[in-house]
Amino acid sequence: MTRVRSVFAALSLALTLALSLAVAMPRALVAQQAPAAPRDTLVVTPEGLRAGAPTKATDPALEARTSAVASGLRCPVCQGLSIQDSPSELAQQMRSLVRDQLAAGKTDEEVRAYFISKYGEWILLEPKASGFNLLVYALPVLLVVGGLGFIITLVRRWTVAPALGDASDASDASDRDAADGGENSTT
Amino acid sequence: MIGTLAHGAILVSLAVVAFGMFFIPFAIKRDRRDWVALAYSAVYTNFLLITVATVAMVWALVTHDFSLSYVAQVGSKATPLFYTIISLWGALEGSILFWAWVLAMYAAAVVWINADRPGNLVPYAAAALLGISLFFGILLVGPADPFKPVFPVPLDGPGPNPLLQNHILMAVHPPLLYLGYVGMSVPFAFAVGAMLSGEVLTDDWIKITRRWTLSSWGLLSAAIIAGMWWSYEVLGWGGYWAWDPVENASFMPWLTATAFLHSVMVQERRGMLRLWNLNLVVGTFVLTILGTFLTRSGIISSVHAFTTGTIGYYFLAFIAVTLLVALALVAGTSGRLKDEKRFDGPASRETVFLLNNLFLTAFMFTVLLGTLFPLVAESVKGVKVSVGEPFFNRMSLPMIVALLFLMGVGPALPWKRITMPELKAKLRAPLVGAAVMLAIAIAVGTRNFYALVTFAFVGFSGASNKFEFWYGIRARQRAHGENYLTALFRLMAGNRRRYGGYVAHLGILTVALGIAASSTFRTETEATLKPGDSMTVSGHTVRLKQVWGREEVQRSVIGATLEIVKNGAVTGTIEPKMNFYPTSQQPVPTPQVKSSIAGDLYANLQAFRPDGSSATVRLIYEPMVPWIWIGGMIVVLGSVLSILPARSRA
Amino acid sequence: MNRTRAFLGMLIAIPLIWLFARGMGRDPRDLGPSPLAGREAPGFKLAVFAPGQETLARPAGDTVRLESLKGQVVVLNFWASWCLACRDEHEILSEVARLYVGKPVHFLGVLYNDDAASGNKWIAEMGGQSYPSVLDPGARTAIDYGLYGVPETFFLDANGRVAFKNTGPVTATVLHRVVDSLIAAAAAK
Repeated sequence: MTRVRSVFAALSLALTLALSLAVAMPRALVAQQAPAAPRDTLVVTPEGLRAGAPTKATDPALEARTSAVASGLRCPVCQGLSIQDSPSELAQQMRSLVRDQLAAGKTDEEVRAYFISKYGEWILLEPKASGFNLLVYALPVLLVVGGLGFIITLVRRWTVAPALGDASDASDASDRDAADGGENSTT
Repeated sequence: MIGTLAHGAILVSLAVVAFGMFFIPFAIKRDRRDWVALAYSAVYTNFLLITVATVAMVWALVTHDFSLSYVAQVGSKATPLFYTIISLWGALEGSILFWAWVLAMYAAAVVWINADRPGNLVPYAAAALLGISLFFGILLVGPADPFKPVFPVPLDGPGPNPLLQNHILMAVHPPLLYLGYVGMSVPFAFAVGAMLSGEVLTDDWIKITRRWTLSSWGLLSAAIIAGMWWSYEVLGWGGYWAWDPVENASFMPWLTATAFLHSVMVQERRGMLRLWNLNLVVGTFVLTILGTFLTRSGIISSVHAFTTGTIGYYFLAFIAVTLLVALALVAGTSGRLKDEKRFDGPASRETVFLLNNLFLTAFMFTVLLGTLFPLVAESVKGVKVSVGEPFFNRMSLPMIVALLFLMGVGPALPWKRITMPELKAKLRAPLVGAAVMLAIAIAVGTRNFYALVTFAFVGFSGASNKFEFWYGIRARQRAHGENYLTALFRLMAGNRRRYGGYVAHLGILTVALGIAASSTFRTETEATLKPGDSMTVSGHTVRLKQVWGREEVQRSVIGATLEIVKNGAVTGTIEPKMNFYPTSQQPVPTPQVKSSIAGDLYANLQAFRPDGSSATVRLIYEPMVPWIWIGGMIVVLGSVLSILPARSRA
Repeated sequence: MNRTRAFLGMLIAIPLIWLFARGMGRDPRDLGPSPLAGREAPGFKLAVFAPGQETLARPAGDTVRLESLKGQVVVLNFWASWCLACRDEHEILSEVARLYVGKPVHFLGVLYNDDAASGNKWIAEMGGQSYPSVLDPGARTAIDYGLYGVPETFFLDANGRVAFKNTGPVTATVLHRVVDSLIAAAAAK
């Protein structure tokens, strides 16, 4: 059998070489006419970096509110990070805008509404729990509740009343398993 | 030339793979084992040929052969050799080649190890693996051809994505991820083989499958942890998990594989859940392909999307075919599978495994739903929505907490049933553990409900799993009169599988503890400093010494040197940097972390004045982050222990 | 039993495949219509840093207020010197702006997350810009317009409403089509 294998492998390698040579010729010719396709340009280029606006250290209550609101807003130039977490420049600017609006007396909800009016609901990292969006909240809950119900009925239906006599042999099973390392392990 | 050779190797491998895939069922039908063995040669040859192609690619990268499209895309003469080599998996085409190579390796290993096994399980499994290889081979000659000739040949290339050449973990995370991810193809192949060969009616196939799942699971666990570590060290926001589609894609198969590793025990011990296990194996594989589709086709991420061409359609077709084949096979088999339908008591390990599977599956479903929901909302309602971290945290926390609890209950309960006094005795230690952890958590100032529950359950399950070792040791000491260490050693040697599982549990609990503590007690502050200014975060003070710049071969670096000041004395420095790569307009943040077992001081340079007069620094203190990485290593240790074959007697 | 199971499986699989197929057909770059479309354009008061050329020029330091442009069509182009795609559209924008001299159209560049010196250097490298560009400190105006990145171009009608947003490099065809239709709409009134 080993011989068959070696022959098979050798044949394949030989075929590879032959094919490569056969392919190499026309390819070289074709290559001369085909200029390299330009690479896709990234349309939305993430942040360039310039000197940052100095952050004012202000009162902790405002900072806490700012970070709470900022944690729920999506950074437009990142992969799913919030403007609180993202180190990008736009995120920092948005965060400072959140801080300024809160300091000017806007409520958290009003700040969020401002961003929604500019970027759409997309800017919220957590969809509003209303209308169609309820699905994304309800389905997992339904699955867990339904699954629990299913398991309860299953266990109830399949449980056979234990005979009084053999209660002990089950209960000390783990001790015994441990002692002799048995537990008919299947490895 | 080297490109042509590699291209040729892939083309021939396609033919070889197709031959093997169709020849195996034919050989089985004719009942010719010698033909089957011949077809196995296709598996080995495929491995050989893809190895040739992969080595050729690495060679081309190292020699800067820019006449190949992939090298022109990710190569650059300025890139250090190390990052040049690992750019093999730095972009789409190379990663598909690497995938194909790992898959070919797995297929060869499966055939090599199991060649002598009688029956048709292994031949069919080999055919299934060849089928998957065929798909990746088609990708390599079609939409993801890394060996396309480029003309005119560029003199230099842009180099790999800066994010991928900024940290050494990029050499660790992707290979682990591919090994774990691609490894899930093997259990799937065995499931297909079991259904085609009829061995699905016995439980023997599940034993082989369990081991392959376990090894892939261990690798995937390590990969996920390494990925978290990488994000933490590179992305500059001090976090390690953001529920990004890429992260979710690696997490979903991990969840179903974890469910399988538990429920498979119910099948082995009690002859139940046969159909369910089959579904978990198939589901795990489909999730790996689905995850790749989601992250490679550009379907999910909207802002950073490049045009990725047609590869998404290929994946879509493959998913459709896989689902169709799997559904047909499972539906055809399901009628013949007869489960035992017997529980001996509601309080038993079986019940805990059922619950564990429910929560793991529901968790997976939640992650999948959240990841896909933007697509659903757009297709159905035409609205763009985002589903991000706050959603996933809110939805997953209750399930994580439930799983942490079950992790403590499961090991404490025996199979079949338990008596009330026994239950009380078993739960004493875990309850004490929970009380202790709760007291500590409250004492250090935890007020968040979920954080408190998490800490309590970590204490509960930690005690429960540790006491399993203690019970075992005590029993051995009673029975054999061994001393403590000998007893522990013999205990674990005698039943590696079981105690490996407990070790993995302790690892997961350590990870959970690290995550809970670091996210609850994370403190951060951001300030713009002039040289000489200081800033403080939870008792740690740093002072800006200077802002500097440096030109390196492949990039320029701006750094801020901060002195760590304790009681007026400088105890060390922390140096966050920003790396500017010529091909990227965006600087790559390069935070620096000062780790200790108690916690990390994390500094990131957010901005600076070009004249060096000031730097904006984000300073974060996160307690217990290293516990996550340590926990990850414990998990891997646990899975290694479980895989090692149990020797007859230590 | 088997049939039911297979059917149930298909019930899950088919919508999924449909969903993906639909998703694939869509342009991932298309972020949808701007929520601002049809609404009053956010006002601004920004300082010119790049004066522009000839008849379109405005002195550097001059303040541009959106209100003062009422009655004209406004083409607002957000750009930056570090933005690669901005190079592709630069010449087109400059050229088209020149063609509309004397028409009720106002072209304005807004520099996004960049400094005046780099901006002016870039303009010089690119061979000049016919219309003026303004600075946007703190990206406040960019955020007001819901900017995702650069380049993005907003077209405001004569009533000061956002009529259209172009994401990515803008083409001459789009510029002519949108500007002409907005001028026609203004004239028809």
